[in-house]
Parts: sequence; C-alpha cells; structure tokens
Amino acid sequence: MSTIINIENLSKTYHRDAEELQVLKSINMQVENGEFLALMGPSGSGKSTLLNMIAGLDTPTSGKVTICGSELSQMNESQLAGWRSQHVGFIFQFYNLMPVLTAYENVELPLHLINLSKEERDKKIRLALNLVGLPDRMDHYPNQLSGGQQQRVAIARAIVTDPSIIVADEPTGDLDRKSAEEILNLMVRFNKELGKTIIMVTHDPHAAGRAHIKKHLDKGTLNGA
Amino acid sequence: MIIKLIARNVFRHKLRAILTILGVAIAVSSFGFIRTVITAWYIGVEASSSNRIVTRNAISIGFPLPLAYKNKLESTPDVLEVTYANWFGGIYKDPGNFFAQFAIDPVSYFNVYPEYEVRPEQMQAFLKDRSGAIVGQKLAERYGWKVGDIVPLTGTIYEGDWDFTIRGLYKGAKKSADETIFFFHWKYLDERVAEIFPDFTGNVGFYIATIDNPDNAALVCQGIDERFKNSANETLTETESAFQLSFVTMSSAIISSLEIVSFVIIAIIMLVLANTMVMSARERTSEYAVIKTLGFQPGFIYAMIVGESLLLSSLGALLGLLITFPIVNGFADAVGSFFPSFDISTMTLIAAVIATLVVGALSGIMPAIRAAHLNIIDGLRQLS
Ligand SMILES: Nc1ncnc2c1ncn2[C@@H]1O[C@H](COP(=O)(O)OP(=O)(O)OP(=O)(O)O)[C@@H](O)[C@H]1O
Ligand SMILES: [Mg+2]
Repeated sequence: MSTIINIENLSKTYHRDAEELQVLKSINMQVENGEFLALMGPSGSGKSTLLNMIAGLDTPTSGKVTICGSELSQMNESQLAGWRSQHVGFIFQFYNLMPVLTAYENVELPLHLINLSKEERDKKIRLALNLVGLPDRMDHYPNQLSGGQQQRVAIARAIVTDPSIIVADEPTGDLDRKSAEEILNLMVRFNKELGKTIIMVTHDPHAAGRAHIKKHLDKGTLNGA
Repeated sequence: MIIKLIARNVFRHKLRAILTILGVAIAVSSFGFIRTVITAWYIGVEASSSNRIVTRNAISIGFPLPLAYKNKLESTPDVLEVTYANWFGGIYKDPGNFFAQFAIDPVSYFNVYPEYEVRPEQMQAFLKDRSGAIVGQKLAERYGWKVGDIVPLTGTIYEGDWDFTIRGLYKGAKKSADETIFFFHWKYLDERVAEIFPDFTGNVGFYIATIDNPDNAALVCQGIDERFKNSANETLTETESAFQLSFVTMSSAIISSLEIVSFVIIAIIMLVLANTMVMSARERTSEYAVIKTLGFQPGFIYAMIVGESLLLSSLGALLGLLITFPIVNGFADAVGSFFPSFDISTMTLIAAVIATLVVGALSGIMPAIRAAHLNIIDGLRQLS
C-alpha cells in the first residue's frame, strides 16, 4: 500500500488578540491509501483543525502536509480550491446541502468543476444517488428529507466526483442511532468497495469502532491507538 | 447551475423579494416621472430658436413698447425680420383653463416662427377675418374646437368679453414646438383698446426679431439696447431662450431641486437593494463557505450575489417602467398643457434602466466581496 497522507511536524497556532493559541503541536502522521481512520479526542483538542489541514481548507503555521503527492502548504488559495475539487469529498455534521437545490442538483454541484458532458454528469449523479439508496428522492429539496436522508445526499455529493479522500467531521453527530448506522454502513462500504481513504472525526466510540485505525488528539498532540 | 442558484435564491424570502422589487419599482417610476418633468421643461427652453431675439421694455415685461420701434428695429444691421406680440391673458370659461394667447401681427409673426405650420387656405381665411384666430392643434383637441367655432374669452388685462372665430389650426413642424397657443390679430386688439382708452393705442408687448447669425446675438442685442438708451422707452433685448428662462426663474429653482431629488432616488434604490443583499448574504454565509469548500473560486460567489442583486434590480426596474407610463400619462392629462411636449423620452428610460443596473451591481458587490473572500473555516463555523 502507498502512503496517501503524509504529515510532518505540523503545527498550527491561532492568534487571538495578543494571545497565542497553539492548537496543533508538531503532528506527525501517515495514512495509507484505502485506510479508514477515526480521529477522536475531547472538544477543543484540534480534531477539526487537523481535518481541515488534510482537506486543504486551512494552511499550517509550520510543517508539511503532503496529500496524494501534492505539497499543500505550497499552494495558494485558488490552487487549493482546484485541488480540493479533484481530490477531496466532504461530509459535514449538519449536511450543508444547498436548500434551493434538489437532491439531484446538490449532487450535481461539485461536478460543475469538472469537464463533463451532460450525459456523463447525469450518469454519475444517478449512480451516486443509487449507491446511497435515494434514487426515488432526486427531485426532493433538503427540507423535504429527513436528517439521515440529507446526510445520504451529502455522501452522494462527496463521492460523485470520485475523490481519493473523504473527510467527515462528525458525520453522525446530529443523527439518531438508526440513521447513524446507515451512514456508517455507507462509509464502510465506500471504503471497502470503492477503496476510498476516509478520515472521520467523531466523539462516538461506536462510530470510531467501524474504522480500521483510531487516533486520539489531546491538546494538540496525537496518540495512536 | 449558477442561473438556477440565482433565480431560486432571489425568491427564497418571497415577502422580502417582493418588498424590495416594489421599493425599487416605486423609486424607478418616481425617477422616470421626475426626469420626464425635467425633460419636458428643457424642451420648452430648447424650442426657442437661437437666431431669434426678443426686445421688451427695460422696466418690466408688463410695460409696452411703441409700435414705432418696429421700423427702427428693422433698420438695425444683422436683423432680418421683425414681428411683435402682446400677451392677452384672457380666461376661457374658467380660470383653470390655462393657455397662452397672443395678439400678433399675422404675416410677420408666422415668418419669424416658420415652425408653426398653417394650411394656406386657413391662413387666407384668418387674414381676412379681423376677429379670427389660429390655434394650436393640441389646444383645439383639448377643448374640442373646430374651424368655424366661436371662442369667447374674458379679458383680464384687456377687460371685456372677446369673441374669436377659429379660422385655422397650426401644427408644429418640430416635436418640441408648442401646439397650445391661441393667436389672434394685434390690429383687432388695438382697435378695441382705441375704443376704450384712445391714449393707449399702438402699444406692443414685445418684439421678436430674426437675426442673420446666432453667433452675433449678444452684440446685436447690445446694439439695440444702446440705440434706445435715454429714450422714453428703454429696451432690454436678449435671445429668445434667455427670455423664456427669465419667465421661469422660479420654476428653474424647482427644476434644480427636482434634479437633486432624482439623484436622491437613485441613492434610495441603492439602499433598498444593498439592505436586502447584505441581509441575504449574511444568512447564507455557511452556504457560501460550503460552495468554496467544494472548490468553487471566489468568482462564482461574486456571480451568485451580484447576479441576484442585478436580477432583483432589473425586475424592479421593469415593474417601475411599466408603472411610469400610466403615471406620466395621468399627469400629462392633468397639467400637460403647461409643457409643449410631455412624453417619456427614450433617454429617460435608458437612464432609469442603466442607473438601476449600475446600482444593482454596486449593491451586490459589497456583500459579494465579503462572502467571496470569507475564510472557509469561519464560514463553516457559523452554523454550529
Ligand atoms: N479561527 C480560529 N481562531 C482562533 N482559535 C481557533 C480558530 N479555530 C479553532 N480555534 C481554536 O482551536 C481549538 C481547536 O479547535 P477545533 O475546532 O479543531 O476543535 P475540535 O477538536 O474539533 O473540537 P470539537 O470536538 O468541539 O469540534 C479550539 O480551542 C478553538 O477555539
Ligand atoms: Mg470539531
């Protein structure tokens, strides 16, 4: 297996007024391609911050983040945006679908950053919505769907561009047990069957149990498990 | 996709969108209306020809000049033709029926004012009838007058009852020409004056002369006034447009304030739109953050927000223009007779549309800059 995520000496410091807040302290971490990793840790330990670094949403104060062979700390904002659209799928705690777009159109959204014919696009969208089990909800708007269904649409949106990495920040945090289970099943399936590398931040030990590897963050320091 | 997003975002808050569109529409129609009034006023001034000068009594327009000045004026170098007129100021049935009436020297007057076109046979009939009148087409239309009708006027300056027979109608050769004037024979006026006040005959309200070169107007005017200096009746000569402007210095102040108001209205459109756009963009912060997360560039966010603002403003402008027409027409029916021409000009329409679109784009830009360059992490945080 090849290394897809390589983090060396990553530190992140936030400045609030005069105060300095070191959120991540010299993190070193490697993730193999096709891995399913759960990031755990108390609130405020820096989980989301680390995930955002991996996803190319935030830049480190020092250290190197190399993902899929690209050195992210060298890229500017616009390059990062282009890189994200090709390599990363995002799943958020609150689904974050566009309320004015239907399920179909929400899944279509990231495909507009890729050159595709209308037919190819349509095929991909239908496939993704089929994979998450919502082929009959394509024309529904987010507010016509349950939380679990919305999160499934969000997962379809995350995989439709066929990214190598999927990042999920507490994807089940806002769901009941049964819906959470469905979401975890989907993630496990996409990891196994499609070979997606998944990094998932979670508070829930049960959810973390579905991952292959668990890592704990505490006050900005990483402990493997 | 972007069009879809814009179109659906616009009507996300139906009430807010409708109120904004109505606000813009009302402002646009007020702008259109005010600009129409301003344009109509300027057309009145522009209608005056730059190769015509007006000579009046230096004391005030209310004081006459002797008829004898005609020959003297005619002998002035650079002056081509001279005519004269008296303001009559009669009332037709009701003081509310306002229109201008002039006692004129018919042949020379229509030579000096070639833009008033009268059919030859009607002109012949007018010349033959001492109490005949020629009236503007628009005026005749307003009161339903036809050739042959008798129009009774009650004099205010020249007291008594006056009956005139309409012998002809004139129409303006140019759109700006005033078609609401009532002309009759100066000789008829002078005869009636002679019957009552024999000492007051031979008085002319003002002279109008054509000159050979408009560039010389100032010199010619000066020359005329110098010539009558220290005479019993000193004169004041100016170009016809200056003369018309002196009538309307009062309205000129009003027009200036209207001009200011019309720009204030544009500022109001801007505030209405900017307010809506700032509110909407703020509520959608996390959506813009998600769009950026997915990898869309700031330009996409700009297009979304400015596009929405432009759509709102165009809908407002469209509705505004639609309601401008009935407003202006209603106003034209009520008081349009004060203006030689009262129409919504294409320029006004274009100005209103361009102003609204520019303002629409501007009011979208501020929230767009904020949203497009917002830090993604901060934007995503907003929802939790
Ligand atoms: N933009 C920022 N400016 C200043 N401080 C920040 C910023 N972003 C995060 N922090 C701080 O960094 C620390 C780590 O935040 P982070 O969101 O990574 O925590 P977390 O482990 O995801 O917590 P939770 O489980 O509550 O989501 C927190 O103390 C937070 O207040
Ligand atoms: Mg977090």
